[in-house]
Amino acid sequence: MTRLLAALALLTAPAAAEIGPEGEIWVSNEKDDTLSVIDVATLEVVRTIPTGERPRGITFSHDHSVLYICASDSDTVQVMDPETGKILHELPSGEDPEQFVLHPDDRHLYIANEDDAITTVVDTVTREVVAQIDVGIEPEGMAVSPDGSIAITTSETTNMAHWIDTETQELFANTLVDARPRHAEFLKDGTELWVSAEIGGTISVFDVETQAEITKIDFEVQGVHPDRVQPVGFELTADESAAFVALGPSNHVAVVNAETYEVEDYLLVGRRVWHMAFDGDRSHLFTTNGVSGDVTVIDVEAREPVRTIEVGRFPWGAAFRPPAS
Amino acid sequence: MIRTACLAWLLAAAPAWAQVAVDVTYLRQEVEVPPTLSNLDPIPEDLGLAGAALGTADNATTGRFLGQEHALHVTSVPPGGGLLAAAREALAATPLLVLDAPADDLLAVADLPEAEGALILNAAAEEPRLRGADCRANVLHAVPSLAMRTDALAQVLQAKRWNDLVLVAGTRPADIAYADALRASLEKFGLGLRGEKEWAFDADMRRNAAAEVPVFTQDLPSHDVLLVADEAQDFGRYVLYNGWEPRPVAGSEGLTAVAWSPVVEQWGAAQLQSRFEEAAGRPMAPRDYAAWAAMRAVGEAVTRTGTAGPAELRAFLLSDEFELAGFKGRPLSFRPWNGQLRQPIPVVHPRALVASAPLEGFLHERTELDTLGLDAPESACTAFEAAP
Repeated sequence: MTRLLAALALLTAPAAAEIGPEGEIWVSNEKDDTLSVIDVATLEVVRTIPTGERPRGITFSHDHSVLYICASDSDTVQVMDPETGKILHELPSGEDPEQFVLHPDDRHLYIANEDDAITTVVDTVTREVVAQIDVGIEPEGMAVSPDGSIAITTSETTNMAHWIDTETQELFANTLVDARPRHAEFLKDGTELWVSAEIGGTISVFDVETQAEITKIDFEVQGVHPDRVQPVGFELTADESAAFVALGPSNHVAVVNAETYEVEDYLLVGRRVWHMAFDGDRSHLFTTNGVSGDVTVIDVEAREPVRTIEVGRFPWGAAFRPPAS
Repeated sequence: MIRTACLAWLLAAAPAWAQVAVDVTYLRQEVEVPPTLSNLDPIPEDLGLAGAALGTADNATTGRFLGQEHALHVTSVPPGGGLLAAAREALAATPLLVLDAPADDLLAVADLPEAEGALILNAAAEEPRLRGADCRANVLHAVPSLAMRTDALAQVLQAKRWNDLVLVAGTRPADIAYADALRASLEKFGLGLRGEKEWAFDADMRRNAAAEVPVFTQDLPSHDVLLVADEAQDFGRYVLYNGWEPRPVAGSEGLTAVAWSPVVEQWGAAQLQSRFEEAAGRPMAPRDYAAWAAMRAVGEAVTRTGTAGPAELRAFLLSDEFELAGFKGRPLSFRPWNGQLRQPIPVVHPRALVASAPLEGFLHERTELDTLGLDAPESACTAFEAAP
């Protein structure tokens, strides 16, 4: 039955490509208006798919049946069928959507509208805007707590993490961080929030219960002036023991011990590294290097870059698509 | 659970931040603009001011979350006097001033008894002497000095090994000041001029540039780049593509080193550009950027200190703690020895960014940003106590 369906899909959608046994990494190319699809098994680009203008944040629905794409300059979130690469429909996103996060309910997208100082909440089922929340200037980083009760927007020019109660869609706290916050993640069952600050050069760690700052993580790359060490995206290993942090124009990824907050390693990658995604078993990490137009593959266990893959111009976001089960 | 946490946060945070009112006056001395050969680029009436307005709006958005109110008051003084009276009035209302005025006017305002203890941000005067012997303790400089701009250009020339240089300089005071700064920068980076000519034409080049400029530049020594000192943008535009030798033009025209340009798009700059265009209905000019940076510096200091007192703000701005995200790829900060805002300088042509100075390879013990402009040992400023 499955095979029949697959065959049918192939017949009706000739553009569809069979997904490799280890899945794929999808990368958005900000200045090419395309996605590059990397086969994890072969580490080769197997498909290049056109999108709307200036694609940045990308994320899959929980069952990976659709891909959501922030098409920033088209002022929309596109919904793509990853099988065919076709745009199924578009969601009202507010102006200039840059980043978003999918709520654990698999239904609501929290979208940062960079030009409008607004966070837009969209229902992906009804395709309607549920709420718009005034936040600081140039909202960017987005996160939702694992229990879904709190959403975070970070604003790059206001330098804050804005805490949104997802029940009321209202702000209940605003906490200052260092200059130009770019990315936020909840850790440790949602008890900690980490926020990276690109120009400040730090990650602020907050206790979620009290919104009080626990500590700040600093970075220091040998031979690189501190001004150029600019933390942006970061991701955690499967056991959450370590965070891999992209350090922008320092061209390095830091490995941070998530328990002690100590930086344990710096790995050389491509130029201006911003975001990243793990493969299925989190044994490999794929970083988007904007200026060099490539993706660095890092062996997570060995903490070593093992491969560079050329993609489109200014790769920005990355997301993992598992093999068909 | 969230609501309790929320209440706790409010209670804990409210006393520290609540009800700070920040009033800044944008004080402008209007100046007579010299006539230029071309009428193509009128100077916007809100030059500078539009940047200050955007900076205030940015500050107000942040302030909204912290119980801080930001207001901008504007006083514009027509040519012919009245600046000091206006300054006294402004200082009676608030000790925070963004000043858009020529150097001598700036000094007169800064030296008013009423200005003692005030915090004045210079958003227009580029003269290096204001960062040297004529520095004032109550004045910080958001606008880059001429020396920073010409150092940036010299770094690019040096990096490209365009060593053979000639200069055509106008005769207006601004042209002479620019040419002086350029000569000093060339010397600083081991370059020199092979020849110089003064531009003293008064013919209208729109009609005869093709005839006049080749002849005018024919007797200059052979060169890699023709430098132009024409800060009022009078004749320089007609030198491009009309020189006797087929060489690029740089300086006030062609390849220029500026505080800001609409072609800067990296480092999130596209967002600032589009925010400005939407608000002002025109592209963001260097003077707009300087005024924006002045307002944002004040706003950032208020955010971080929770006060609007000029002494506290000044101390914070000059400290290591202050850093401003200025869409130039690295944090901006103030030099503690003369109050100059450190910043990268875009080197651009009208359609694209060519380089962002400091260029790689120009090293400095403190920060490469200090390879631009007056470094501590060269600065004759004594009004600032802090040794770097």
